[in-house]
Amino acid sequence: MLKINNLHASVEDKSILKGINLEVKPGEVHAIMGPNGSGKSTLASVVAGKEDYEVTKGNIEFNGEDIDELAAEERAHKGVFLSFQYPIEIPGVSVTNFIKTAINESRKAQGLEDMPAKDMLKLIREKADLLEIDRKFLSRSLNEGFSGGEKKRNEIFQMAMLEPKLAILDETDSGLDIDALRIVANGVNKLKSKDNAVVVITHYQRLLDHIVPDFVHVLYNGKIVKSGTKELAHELEEKGYDWIKEEVNA
Amino acid sequence: MELKEKLLSSFMVFENKVDIDTYVHDVRTDAIKTFEEKGFPSKKEEAWKYTSLNKILKEDYSVFPKQENAIEYRDVKKYFIYDIDSYKIVFIDGKYSSHLSQTTHDGMDVCLMSAALSKPKYRLVIEHYFNKAATKDSLPALNTAFSSEGAYIHIPKNKLVEKPIQIIHFSTGNESATMLQPRNLIVVEENSHVQIIERHQSLTDNSVLTNSVTEIFAKKRAIVDYYKIQNDNSNASLIDNTFLKQKQESVCSVHTFAFGGKLTRNNLNFYQEGQRIDSILKGVTILGNKQHVDHNTLVHHIEPNCESHQDYKGIFGENSTGVFNGKIIVEKEAQKTNAFQSNNNILISDKATINTKPQLEIFADDVKCSHGCTIGQLDESAMFYMRSRGIPEKEAKALLMYAFSNDVMSSVKIPELKQRITKIIANKLGVNLGFDL
Repeated sequence: MLKINNLHASVEDKSILKGINLEVKPGEVHAIMGPNGSGKSTLASVVAGKEDYEVTKGNIEFNGEDIDELAAEERAHKGVFLSFQYPIEIPGVSVTNFIKTAINESRKAQGLEDMPAKDMLKLIREKADLLEIDRKFLSRSLNEGFSGGEKKRNEIFQMAMLEPKLAILDETDSGLDIDALRIVANGVNKLKSKDNAVVVITHYQRLLDHIVPDFVHVLYNGKIVKSGTKELAHELEEKGYDWIKEEVNA
Repeated sequence: MELKEKLLSSFMVFENKVDIDTYVHDVRTDAIKTFEEKGFPSKKEEAWKYTSLNKILKEDYSVFPKQENAIEYRDVKKYFIYDIDSYKIVFIDGKYSSHLSQTTHDGMDVCLMSAALSKPKYRLVIEHYFNKAATKDSLPALNTAFSSEGAYIHIPKNKLVEKPIQIIHFSTGNESATMLQPRNLIVVEENSHVQIIERHQSLTDNSVLTNSVTEIFAKKRAIVDYYKIQNDNSNASLIDNTFLKQKQESVCSVHTFAFGGKLTRNNLNFYQEGQRIDSILKGVTILGNKQHVDHNTLVHHIEPNCESHQDYKGIFGENSTGVFNGKIIVEKEAQKTNAFQSNNNILISDKATINTKPQLEIFADDVKCSHGCTIGQLDESAMFYMRSRGIPEKEAKALLMYAFSNDVMSSVKIPELKQRITKIIANKLGVNLGFDL
């Protein structure tokens, strides 16, 4: 599904990703871990199509198609979803209106008519229930004045609505208390199928107790320096990242 | 001949055509003298620093309205709010159009200024209110000198006017450039409530210059909601002079929607003559091309315990220019005043300009006054957020701009009007979003 080949990316001439190779197949869950500043969020943004980053070498394939040159919305239409580490506040646009617009724009891109209002409402209710989101919450301005947990739940709610093929969750666990973490993880697990894939970016093991990864990768200094199974995450939790840094620098 | 000379020499002819044996005659005569002395304002005056009338004054305007130009309702229906019942006072090139209008004298007067200025039964009201709120500045004076037609609205005590009143000025310009000087007088007596929508709309590309004066008197506990939808035709210029005098506990709001025109200048003045008054001034401005809109507001806090709220949003594209000059005066007696002003602008082109200037003159010591202005671009991180959810760049921009103007839209109390304006905004932004704000 996702194939990243020798990806190099920089922002304002500062090189951040220095040769990433990663393959994610349908049905898989990958975790990307690593110390601060290793390039995790950059990788997520580059895959989602943020224009601030320049791909200087390598490429990103999605379902066999090179997507480097595609705009963020075109990638979204193909089924790429990024759950933001810091979701943006958009005063004046309600959660409902935002998601309606997003869904109908995606349908438009696929040559479909707008979703009938009744179906949309039903879908919104169903997915809101899944994430244990209060209905009142849906008419509030997008992310404005939301708590950290509400923001993240809202991200996963949007993911549930858009049903992406590939979901990248960038530090979705940060700012979540244990209950919110459970709700979010539960939501992600329910959306998982053999046809879609999830990439979880996180500092900590705790989210991975709930969303169990098939593969764990350690990103350091712009490169994947170690890959393994879920046991690697436990090892990192126990020992921290220093031993990895030492291994790499040795 | 220069426009000023032309206007001065036309005055005699004009006065001979209307009744000269009235109270109004003296007011007009004084006014033309004032205009003669002062002339058109120039950029040398502080209040006109960023707006030059030079270009628009060069046109050879015909200063008297010609015969009514026949317009079929079906051709102009879209400029009305038509899904609800309303009173309508419609002018075409300055002339009253009876077949497009719906006036009333049933328990209140929603009719014509020409009638009010000439018929004896209105004399007392005219003597009491006409030209009592307008200032002696040159442009209002010019309007006063030539005042003959416009809307006359008088709502008696304790009346809730259920239907909104639409005042619509169409201009066709026929074969040449036209100058129009509509004059409105609105008196809302104690405890009454009225909603008024005023619209200026060109139907052709002929040049039109409108110098309009509206005087509004809101008595004790009156509520007046006034909405202005201004011309979006690129050859239309509008100078709107609006004066509101409020008595105690009255609440007046003016929403100004400026969507273009060649040059638009809004002189909006509120005078608070009583306690516990609320004045609300809101505006959305969306410009492109070489359009120019100048909002010049004044809120004069004269008595204690009053409030004013100003919120103006502007979106400027291409080579457009915006000006906001918001003056708040708090007199020494006006203790416990709450005065708020905010002016937020987005520049979506490198060549667009905005000049914004808050001007506070506070003589009382126990007041809350705040003002803020921002000038920025569209938030790039918000753009990426929306695009990553599948909303294309153009729609994402539009959605952000909608959201930006939402604070102002949310206080529009007539749902049909809100929908209509939302549609105009969508049109201007070139998108079709599947919802109303």
